[in-house]
Amino acid sequence: MTVIEYPKGPKCYNNCMSGYTGKSASIDLTTQKISIFETPDDLRTKYLGGRGIGVAMAGDRTAEEYNAPSMPLIFSAGPLVGTSAPTSGRMSVVSKSPLTGTIFDCSVGGRFATELKKAGFDLIEITGISDKWTAIEISDDGLSLTEAEGLAGMNISELSRVVGTEGSFAAIGRAGEKGVRFASIIIDGHYAAGRGGLGAVMGAKKLKIIKVRGSGKILVYDSEGLKNAREDIMRLLRASPAVFGEFGLSEFGTAALVDLIHARRMEPTDNFRRTFFPDSAKYSGYAMKTGYQTKKAGCAGCPVLCKKIGAEGAVMPEYETVSHFGALNGCGDLKAIVEANRICNDYGIDTITAASTIACYAEIRGIEAGPSEMLSLLSAIAEKKGETGATLAEGSYRYALSQGRPELSMSVKKLEMPAYDPRGAYGMALAYATSNRGGCHLRAYPVSHEILRKPVATDRFSFEGKARMIKIAEDLNAVVDSLTACKFLFFAAGLEEFSKVLNAVTGMDHNVQSLLAIGERIWNLEHTINAANGFDESHDDLPERFFAEEGSSGAAVRIPPINRKDFLKARENYYRIRGYKT
Amino acid sequence: MHKLINKYICKLEAQGLAKRDDALLIALDAGMFSNRPLTGELSVLKDVLSLMNISSILFARPAEPYWSMIREVLSHAGGADSVVPMDCETRTFFHDIPVIDEFSPQAIASALSRRKSAIIRDRGIVTYGTVTPEQAYVSFSSACFSVYVKYFHDALQYFGAHAANSEKVSKEYLAAFKDISKKADTASPPRKWRVLRSEPPCNEDDVLFMITEAGRAVVSQQLVDSYFGNISYVFDKNIYISQTGSSMDELEGCIDIVPLDGSSSAGITASSELTAHRNIFLHTGRTAILHGHPRFSVIMSMYCKKSGCDRSLCHKACTEKREILATPIVPGEIGTGASGLMNTVPPAMQEGKGVIVYGHGVFTAGDVTFRGPFDMLMEIEEKCRASYFRAVNDLLEHLS
Ligand SMILES: [Zn+2]
Repeated sequence: MTVIEYPKGPKCYNNCMSGYTGKSASIDLTTQKISIFETPDDLRTKYLGGRGIGVAMAGDRTAEEYNAPSMPLIFSAGPLVGTSAPTSGRMSVVSKSPLTGTIFDCSVGGRFATELKKAGFDLIEITGISDKWTAIEISDDGLSLTEAEGLAGMNISELSRVVGTEGSFAAIGRAGEKGVRFASIIIDGHYAAGRGGLGAVMGAKKLKIIKVRGSGKILVYDSEGLKNAREDIMRLLRASPAVFGEFGLSEFGTAALVDLIHARRMEPTDNFRRTFFPDSAKYSGYAMKTGYQTKKAGCAGCPVLCKKIGAEGAVMPEYETVSHFGALNGCGDLKAIVEANRICNDYGIDTITAASTIACYAEIRGIEAGPSEMLSLLSAIAEKKGETGATLAEGSYRYALSQGRPELSMSVKKLEMPAYDPRGAYGMALAYATSNRGGCHLRAYPVSHEILRKPVATDRFSFEGKARMIKIAEDLNAVVDSLTACKFLFFAAGLEEFSKVLNAVTGMDHNVQSLLAIGERIWNLEHTINAANGFDESHDDLPERFFAEEGSSGAAVRIPPINRKDFLKARENYYRIRGYKT
Repeated sequence: MHKLINKYICKLEAQGLAKRDDALLIALDAGMFSNRPLTGELSVLKDVLSLMNISSILFARPAEPYWSMIREVLSHAGGADSVVPMDCETRTFFHDIPVIDEFSPQAIASALSRRKSAIIRDRGIVTYGTVTPEQAYVSFSSACFSVYVKYFHDALQYFGAHAANSEKVSKEYLAAFKDISKKADTASPPRKWRVLRSEPPCNEDDVLFMITEAGRAVVSQQLVDSYFGNISYVFDKNIYISQTGSSMDELEGCIDIVPLDGSSSAGITASSELTAHRNIFLHTGRTAILHGHPRFSVIMSMYCKKSGCDRSLCHKACTEKREILATPIVPGEIGTGASGLMNTVPPAMQEGKGVIVYGHGVFTAGDVTFRGPFDMLMEIEEKCRASYFRAVNDLLEHLS
């Protein structure tokens, strides 16, 4: 790695490289030293960008604790960012998760990645721990560190007012400052690098905010080719019911899924004790759209605009959030759910883990939290207030363990599962277990074929063929997160189209299979890192509840407990296909 | 896995796409399954699997008339390395179909790394799936469909161009055309009007029965490619509609019930043409709506004598008022968007009971039951077939 001392670096290091700026930065908060280096060529070739490069750079440094000075926190954009490629405004934030202890990446939208690239950087890496609260400012002229003691104690809404609307910013709220184990990093006021507690990593470094503003241009190798490739994707998007259909993401946001998951009787209810919540229509996509007169918003470079904002500025919760503050906590009060989302956003905590932790608390205490207690618990967690707040701020697993009931934490590798009950989709069950960042729906997103019928429908109550489907989808999504594109586009388009986009932007010569090979490499690297940190087969499992208790059968649909033998067989097949076992 | 493999081999045969003995389907889970032993030459396909991150592969020599069509299309393509479909549906989802000469694992894997299907010269078509073998079947079927449309479309253009320049057509070309036309005729299903239920539905079960019955009829008369197409019925404030990617001949359990007032988004899995269907109902009040891709309707919709247009835009921006024997032809892209067929088809449907969408397919609508729309779909396709061969004959007469 060529390290060139700041601030000598020219704006663009590697002029012949399209898609990448060729330049990255490393910031050590302990020494306050900034180094500029060429984005390593071999990392670009082997890991593309975004998640891939971030994971490769973090590598074995994740052996330390998440709050160790040497722990890197990486903001990594992909080669498509800043170009006219559809949904090209995303990036990955990578570090070690305080919640799971695994290597962890969050794909997040907003404008940050675009501004970062335009300011001339493919990625920035932050290590060290500052004495005082610090802000990083990035612009065309370079990077600088300033003291930010004055911003400490501010939540996201207040910060947004102080920072203004120029450029973009990534920040933590009070939860990140206080080290809530599932604190998030919030981009531009409401796009969350939500899961896994990377906000606590940022807080441990005493880094409050990163502001970025750039005006450069990203070189595109073949703009005519990019135009054509883009049009191929747009045609597919328009033909996709899940994206641009009248009930699709563009119209209703991800909350479009509320009614569907309800109809399939797989909505996690009362801490996963049931799978059907009679009141879900009260907070469906339709209820939000009509109740709040929502309009469309979204990330830079996105044609879909799945974010929904109410006429009076209230940010509408995503599907996972609305369902978990709803059904999972037995709450049919849309206003309370929107407020819960606002609190999470403002303090910067992960909505899924927060809601699931409260549901776990309610089950262990044998209470029904109800909307107002739910909201006050939420603030207590975000502030680590009192004993309850402080214990729940550790996440559901550590809390349940402290109460002697670890089996009631509905999590995998200590990461709480989102709003698809695994008893209603067996590919999802397997994918939760094998996910290398814990209970996450996005690593393989089998909901796509098991529920949304894309690219073809599969039998949701069968494990047949699922092991290979999950393996391929995990590889695919590792590519998507490294490009960095949005998963929603893959309801409609595929790597066939995106390889053309990538080639047009960078001049590389990729195809579906060469990209999947990169995805597999990224996955296996993450697996190796986790294995080195003590993760093994025993962690690839689901809470007992799913093998023992029936879901809410009815309306000619039966939701039986998952057959453990079938599950283990599928997991065994998965290991064999991955080559982890012979 | 064996059950799935057998299902799609049977479908290939039933749809006249390939004979069982000419088809090989391999599927992977942790183990490998196939419908034939992977010995001799077929081991090449097994090697392709080891080069790719996929879960199934299908290789077959298509049945007639497809096989002769492919050979003809390739023999006039001047060594081009891909076949570009003419119809909009195939072009949207499949872009183009690469052609390779070499029956080797590397050549096949390389082509399939770029596209969903490939033609291996003098051997057949190869396709794959990453989720289930169904993807391989669909890609195979779509390749056959698009070659069918392309061959007859190109032939008409060829005769037309020669007639315009008073140039003689080649004897070989004409002989092949006659031979293929005959094969196409023999391969098409017996044209007997299937009688569908004629009483109005009394309850939901009746509606579901009517939809599945009509769906099967549409597939058995080959009025769709593979099984694409969609069907809906409006009953009691709901629109009952086939799900996206559902098999028109297996609609049991694959029908979404969508409230007309839009109050539930459970219809997110409904056909991509849901809005078109609903708009047709709102414009015309007709409750039974069918959409298929009958081949000669697709071919004839693209046969336009007007010159000076950018042909790449016709499918979404044609402004001419066109029709075939009183059935209007409109532009319209799949799904939503300003030039989407959800906007173009419904107004055109007010004039009659059927509309052809340029390069795509046919919508028909009726009241009470699917008998009317189904008959109409058959009739439009029959008329288009007849007018195609009439157009060819006129051109040939002009030349002789
Ligand atoms: Zn169609």
